[in-house]
Amino acid sequence: MTTLEIRDLHVSVDTPEGDKPILKGVDLTIGSNQTHAIMGPNGSGKSTLAYSLAGHPKYRVTSGSVLLDGQDLLAMTVDERARAGLFLAMQYPVEVPGVTEANFLRTAKTAVSGQAPPLRAWIKEVAAAMEALRFDPEFQERSVNEGFSGGEKKRNEILQMELLKPKIAILDETDSGLDVDALRVVAEGVNRAQAATGAGVMLITHYTRILDYITPDFVHVFVAGRVAEEGGPDLAARLEAEGYDRFLSAD
Amino acid sequence: MGIDTKSRGTRLASFDLTDFPMPTGREEEWRFTPVRDLADLLLDDLAAEVVVQVQGPLGSGVTVEVVGRDHPAIGLAPAPGDRVAAAAWAAAESATLVTLNAGKVEDGVTVVRVIGSDGSTPARPSALHLAILAKAGARGTVLLEHTGLAHLTQGVEIVLEEGADITVISVHDWADGSIQAASHRVRLAQDAHLKHAVVALGGALVRLTEQFELAGPGASLDALGINVTDSGQHHEAQLFVDHAAANCRSRVAYKGALLGPLARSVWIGDVLIRSRAEGTDTYELNRNLVLSKGARADSVPNLEIETGQILGAGHASATGRFDEEQLFYLQSRGIPEELARSLVVHAFFAELIDQIGVLGEIKDALKMAVDSKLDQRSNHNQRRSQ
Ligand SMILES: Nc1ncnc2c1ncn2[C@@H]1O[C@H](COP(=O)(O)OP(=O)(O)OP(=O)(O)O)[C@@H](O)[C@H]1O
Ligand SMILES: [Mg+2]
Repeated sequence: MTTLEIRDLHVSVDTPEGDKPILKGVDLTIGSNQTHAIMGPNGSGKSTLAYSLAGHPKYRVTSGSVLLDGQDLLAMTVDERARAGLFLAMQYPVEVPGVTEANFLRTAKTAVSGQAPPLRAWIKEVAAAMEALRFDPEFQERSVNEGFSGGEKKRNEILQMELLKPKIAILDETDSGLDVDALRVVAEGVNRAQAATGAGVMLITHYTRILDYITPDFVHVFVAGRVAEEGGPDLAARLEAEGYDRFLSAD
Repeated sequence: MGIDTKSRGTRLASFDLTDFPMPTGREEEWRFTPVRDLADLLLDDLAAEVVVQVQGPLGSGVTVEVVGRDHPAIGLAPAPGDRVAAAAWAAAESATLVTLNAGKVEDGVTVVRVIGSDGSTPARPSALHLAILAKAGARGTVLLEHTGLAHLTQGVEIVLEEGADITVISVHDWADGSIQAASHRVRLAQDAHLKHAVVALGGALVRLTEQFELAGPGASLDALGINVTDSGQHHEAQLFVDHAAANCRSRVAYKGALLGPLARSVWIGDVLIRSRAEGTDTYELNRNLVLSKGARADSVPNLEIETGQILGAGHASATGRFDEEQLFYLQSRGIPEELARSLVVHAFFAELIDQIGVLGEIKDALKMAVDSKLDQRSNHNQRRSQ
């Protein structure tokens, strides 16, 4: 069993005008096999939360704590967090020209599991995962994300989730930019990965459509840098109907 | 663009050392160079201290001989373009001449090893002259390797007769503290093709001047370069691509990585399209990756066009820092920082190394040489962070 415990997290971002506080006391606990949907207006700090957990250097934690199975996540470097079992599917995946997808996947797998995967089994596993996500095998020889379409980049994130088998996966708007078929394929990928590893999932999204495929156990409304309300799957439907006005006026 | 408003074509070129005044460091061709470090190589009393060894497929296709400077195959390339090149010519009583003969294609690479001292005594200011002559229709590959400790001015003339198609690769992997000025002077006849590559890794100062005269119609040049420059090193390449005939093509691609805080690199790419060079197709590119604060890369492309009747002419120059987002992305997949950096730097050079390394063995050797230079640095960093 894995638990990610976020307690009273405050985070600022570096700006030319100085530190700008964005997260203002986030409390959230995610366990194995759980799926937490996070919904909230643009600019409310969802990506900031995701990046802060992954350790992006642009963000500075000013107070609060994050424990992964009791270990201080915030004291770890970016790569240590990943090796501890954290995974972030980014809203805007980064292009890495000149590094082939195949080399990247193998290097990452070797780093995360502490040893190089047996070659034959690995080749098979990658091929199967790519096929399931409807990825042409030729993508392995291309540079990581370079020239990938928006939807291909998102599928690539989930491919990595399936192969790296994290304990906790944060998916930041993985559903944005996907066509109807890709949305289903990607959602199936997430479900497959979760079923195989029992990962806890934090699913950041603006749309309830992905929740037709990935059923959340909890829905959190994220407003102005903190969780404003929590509920079950039905909360998502209400948000879609009513919008965030109720929370914004209360702010 | 260059500060000099005079045409590159009017700059002095001469075989006579006394035609060139002592440089002050303010001249266009010297303004990026620490001239003082080259002072001993600007004189006319240079020794011949380095050793030259040649190894390769020496059959009837390739011949190697040491000849006098009055040999008919010597002195066919364009004249030296600065004093340090003229000093190399003045001092060289003999030259190592590699001739690639027509019709007989030898498999494999002719390797010319230029070997400095073992470092037990300081290197004496020396001069050296090499010549590569590709006869009409000849094919082949020549690799120049530079190792050991040296204080050297070197002339390399490369002459391609009609239809010759050869590759010349020059790898500068000198020991620390070495100082080298190398003047590559190249002439291509009609329909000849040269792939020319320089790789600067070692030494305290390596200054390459490369003059390419596309003298016959239909000649074609690929000029490639790599430098991996650490703190305290100065790597410089000054190119002059002279389109002097119609329908010639040139492609220039140089990339450099600056590793340490006092690393310094200079790239100057002068391209001249003369009025008679109709149908010219040229493109030059220089990219630098600055991996350390305090390192400096100068990049000066310069295109002069004297005719409107060309196919294309362009240039690109960019100097960038390490992309922090790429680093974050790789690290977020568990890849440790040093490995992530090394992946990105290798990726930066990969395509160019592929382009240079026509032959698998050269490509592997180059990869290894570049890798080991880059790895020295990661070890260095790891030690520092402990
Ligand atoms: N470098 C920065 N300088 C100034 N403000 C910043 C910077 N980086 C982020 N912000 C601000 O932080 C706030 C939170 O941004 P974040 O990307 O976390 O929002 P989000 O909830 O993910 O939004 P979206 O739904 O649009 O993806 C925004 O108002 C954004 O403009
Ligand atoms: Mg966002």
